[in-house]
Amino acid sequence: MPDTLTKFIFGRLTWDSLPLHEPIVVATFVAVALGGIALLGVITYFKLWGYLWREWFTSVDHKKIGIMYMVLGLIMLLRGFSDAIMMRLQQAIAFNGSEGYLNSHHYDQIFTAHGVIMIFFVAMPFVTGLMNFVVPLQIGARDVSFPFLNNFSFWMTVGGAILVMASLFVGEFARTGWLAYPPLSGIGYSPDVGVDYYIWALQVAGVGTTLSGINLICTIIKMRAPGMTMMRMPIFTWTSLCTNVLIVASFPVLTAVLSLLALDRYVGTNFFTNDFGGNPMMYVNLIWIWGHPEVYILILPLFGVFSEVTSTFSGKRLFGYTSMVYATVVITILSYLVWLHHFFTMGSGASVNSFFGITTMIISIPTGAKIFNWLFTMYRGRIRFELPMMWTVAFMLTFTVGGMTGVLLAVPPADFVLHNSLFLIAHFHNVIIGGVLFGLFAGIAYWWPKAFGFKLDPFWGKVSFWCWVVGFWFAFMPLYILGLMGVTRRMRVFDDPSLQIWFVIAAFGAVLIACGIAAFLIQIFVSIRRREALADTTGDPWDGRTLEWSTSSPPPAYNFAFTPVIRDNDAWYDMKQAGYIRPLAGFKPIHMPSNTGTGIILAAFSVALGFGLIWYIWWLAALSFVCLIATAIGHTFNYHRDFHIPASEVTQTEEARTTLLAAQG
Amino acid sequence: MKRFGALLLLPLAGLLSGCDMVVLAPAGDVAAQQRDLLVVSTLLMLIIIVPVMALTVFFAWRYRQSNTSATYAPDWDHSTKLELVIWAAPLLIIICLGALTWLGAHLLDPYRRIDRIEAGQPVTQLHKPLRVEVVALDWKWLFIYPDYGIAAVNELAAPVNQPIDFRITSSAVMNSFYIPALAGQIYAMPGMETKLHAVINRQGTYSGFSANYSGAGFSGMRFAFHGLSDQAFDQWVAQTRTASAALNRDSYLELEKPSENEPVRHYASVDPALYGAILNLCVERGKMCMNEMMSIDAKGGLGLAGVRNTLPLQYDKLARRGAVFGNDPSYVASICTAEEAAAVSRASRDAWPTYWPAKNLSPLRGAGLLRPGTDSRSAEADTPTVGLLRREL
Repeated sequence: MPDTLTKFIFGRLTWDSLPLHEPIVVATFVAVALGGIALLGVITYFKLWGYLWREWFTSVDHKKIGIMYMVLGLIMLLRGFSDAIMMRLQQAIAFNGSEGYLNSHHYDQIFTAHGVIMIFFVAMPFVTGLMNFVVPLQIGARDVSFPFLNNFSFWMTVGGAILVMASLFVGEFARTGWLAYPPLSGIGYSPDVGVDYYIWALQVAGVGTTLSGINLICTIIKMRAPGMTMMRMPIFTWTSLCTNVLIVASFPVLTAVLSLLALDRYVGTNFFTNDFGGNPMMYVNLIWIWGHPEVYILILPLFGVFSEVTSTFSGKRLFGYTSMVYATVVITILSYLVWLHHFFTMGSGASVNSFFGITTMIISIPTGAKIFNWLFTMYRGRIRFELPMMWTVAFMLTFTVGGMTGVLLAVPPADFVLHNSLFLIAHFHNVIIGGVLFGLFAGIAYWWPKAFGFKLDPFWGKVSFWCWVVGFWFAFMPLYILGLMGVTRRMRVFDDPSLQIWFVIAAFGAVLIACGIAAFLIQIFVSIRRREALADTTGDPWDGRTLEWSTSSPPPAYNFAFTPVIRDNDAWYDMKQAGYIRPLAGFKPIHMPSNTGTGIILAAFSVALGFGLIWYIWWLAALSFVCLIATAIGHTFNYHRDFHIPASEVTQTEEARTTLLAAQG
Repeated sequence: MKRFGALLLLPLAGLLSGCDMVVLAPAGDVAAQQRDLLVVSTLLMLIIIVPVMALTVFFAWRYRQSNTSATYAPDWDHSTKLELVIWAAPLLIIICLGALTWLGAHLLDPYRRIDRIEAGQPVTQLHKPLRVEVVALDWKWLFIYPDYGIAAVNELAAPVNQPIDFRITSSAVMNSFYIPALAGQIYAMPGMETKLHAVINRQGTYSGFSANYSGAGFSGMRFAFHGLSDQAFDQWVAQTRTASAALNRDSYLELEKPSENEPVRHYASVDPALYGAILNLCVERGKMCMNEMMSIDAKGGLGLAGVRNTLPLQYDKLARRGAVFGNDPSYVASICTAEEAAAVSRASRDAWPTYWPAKNLSPLRGAGLLRPGTDSRSAEADTPTVGLLRREL
């Protein structure tokens, strides 16, 4: 084939792009390929394709989409964690002249991928999934405001994840660090496809995140059950609202800054180049204007989870509901005024640094108030130490340490000696693992029975809990110490042998965390096996306080046969106290949205578009862009958007529940 | 966790005593003040962190479900007094910390000249600062001593108890200049200059490195920083002067090429204009310096010619490798009337067979804009080639 034709068809994709020279990648590829073929085989053998397509992939049910988000987060957690453990291993052995087992080409991709995956494709799907599942149930709604958009958002997030995963086997990922600072990420210094994978993966996923933010804001503002005023919303719904406001306000900044970087790389503009008046510092500012709200996007919903869990398992109203709400709102606003603390060392000057340092410290006041509120919710309670509560207490002890080191880093002169050190790494893992991840595990254990109708196995849950908590301290306390020893991040080899012992301890901690993840997977497996014994027939296994516990576990497709009326902020607790009686007759047909495959098709075209742009396969990019637009327009002519669940079916479902409840006694 | 913590304490103490916490025990006065701020801030915060952690454990234990003797108040959810305390206590701590931050950030501003050698010893007229120009290269450090006319790669020396005045830039990508024992870090950025003022108080060899990831050779981008006595420093300078190499534009361009794990290198002499050229991205011949460009722009710029004058400004190494759109770089050879330019370009076309005729880009660039020296559209139509000379790279 003539060269130009090959180039036209494949762009810069050649056989050399496949990383066949990296044995680790090849082995991973073989494992993933075998696992993937096995999975596809099983699905085909059990004829599950139709079921998956009809009941899940095309579903617009917020509960199913929420669960799919969680599955995505879990799969990507395994990828992100294998990156982490590879880094730990490399740093534990690369001493005394040893180069370790990773060359810089591979190692630099690993730490970049670890950060990108953990933030965008683990934490974000988990958080979005949780909000998607819980929020409509908590506010007494039948679905989100825009059910199709919800499905589309999910598949766009998957699309981004697919592009990141593809970079492992086709080409390479960015070697720039997870925020891809120019000029290093510019075409001059990163001419390969890595940064392009980064840009297009985040752009595709970013569409999903922004749209899902808009969707949930609308849902919370417009679809609350009658009587649920803003100040009667459950705290988790409040924190979700604030998070989604942050998403909608900050993700466009990320989209814009990545577009500018893409223009620099593709068209030869000079926004962030060294020459022609480009300004890399502008990129650093813009990306952190997104980046700092992002950490609050991650943590706020989990603050909500801790509030729900503490209140439920202490058997007590949440202490200081109003101040909790105001604290959340204050954090939301302040999170936009602190971005510069990520680069005090860029030379902004003392006054600017002080301003951003002090605003950062001010955020710790509402955060501290929240901690106190949880504390005083426990005070004079009757605390049941089920798994979610264990995670909450572990969070309170861990997160305060992380918060303290965070405020420490907000003091500019202290930051000058700790910036970019392993102390910083320890700090943000301390708040992200100790806050976000512990919160997610609490939330998963808490709402699992609602989602599937049976509780999670407590024994394996406790094994996972202890492995995670102890593993976390083993993995990150050494990093605090190493940071104080002046060790910087992203190092591949070391020449000071006295550091090695700490890296070995940290690697041990990572192994414990690996056990924690394994135990979590075993817990899910064991719980599915023992689902009869663990079954929850009441719909309210924890003696819950909010509306989601008033319906069955798992909830019917329509969530609530009748829209509940709310009189108090612990709506379900109030209903139980007032002797609520389930209506048993008078059911009406329920208006529901129809499933559609458009979301998955649009996302598939987006992935093709991204792939074409990454590899300079222009015909593919143009074609998929045209198809993308055509499909979107075509979808507007789809008039099969809704249907009614007939009253007879509703009656049947509700009667089945009545029988279950009666059997319960 | 609690049980594990107690078990851990013993070996931990042993380990901690064995390691060198350079950030907590630095050898320079600036770093020492930064350390003090770090310790004071930590103690301030512990005032609130310790009670919170203790209360968490205590409440968790006290109000466990099996303890039926503890008070149970399921509907108690508000207390104005408590609310006041939980908002006010952190606020007070943050006010103290904020004041410390404001003071610290200004007093320890790296751009500010230091005013003391160490506690109780102010800087006087007798202290002549040592000027050092720092360039972060891919992936090594270049230190130029303008007062001595010498330079070194991956080795920095300074006499103790003498203020050091660093000017810092980078050749290609962002780095961060950091010697933990001496003072906090500051970014090194291409085309920009950052400053750092510091002093080293104890003799010894300390490690310095880049604290901002900068590419493949980042791990090896380390250097030794020697705090020397005055005599030893003079000796070091004399020894450096005996080196055979000289640092000029050509040898700099050679040095600038990416390389990893570079050994120490000394230069006996340095082109005094070199640092300025590095900073202004114009070490290569034919490049316009950024400060020149800025002064031209300040006077109104090159006008239309400026649109085409891209070659001397292009700096990013390997720029546009793999890029697919965009113009090729061009430059303005002369600015003159259209007739003169036409004559020049005709002559140069004849003289230079590889001359690459420019496309007529006027439709793309606004056909309404007139070229210098033309007074009507028809005059332009008569001109066979454009007034600006383009050459292929």
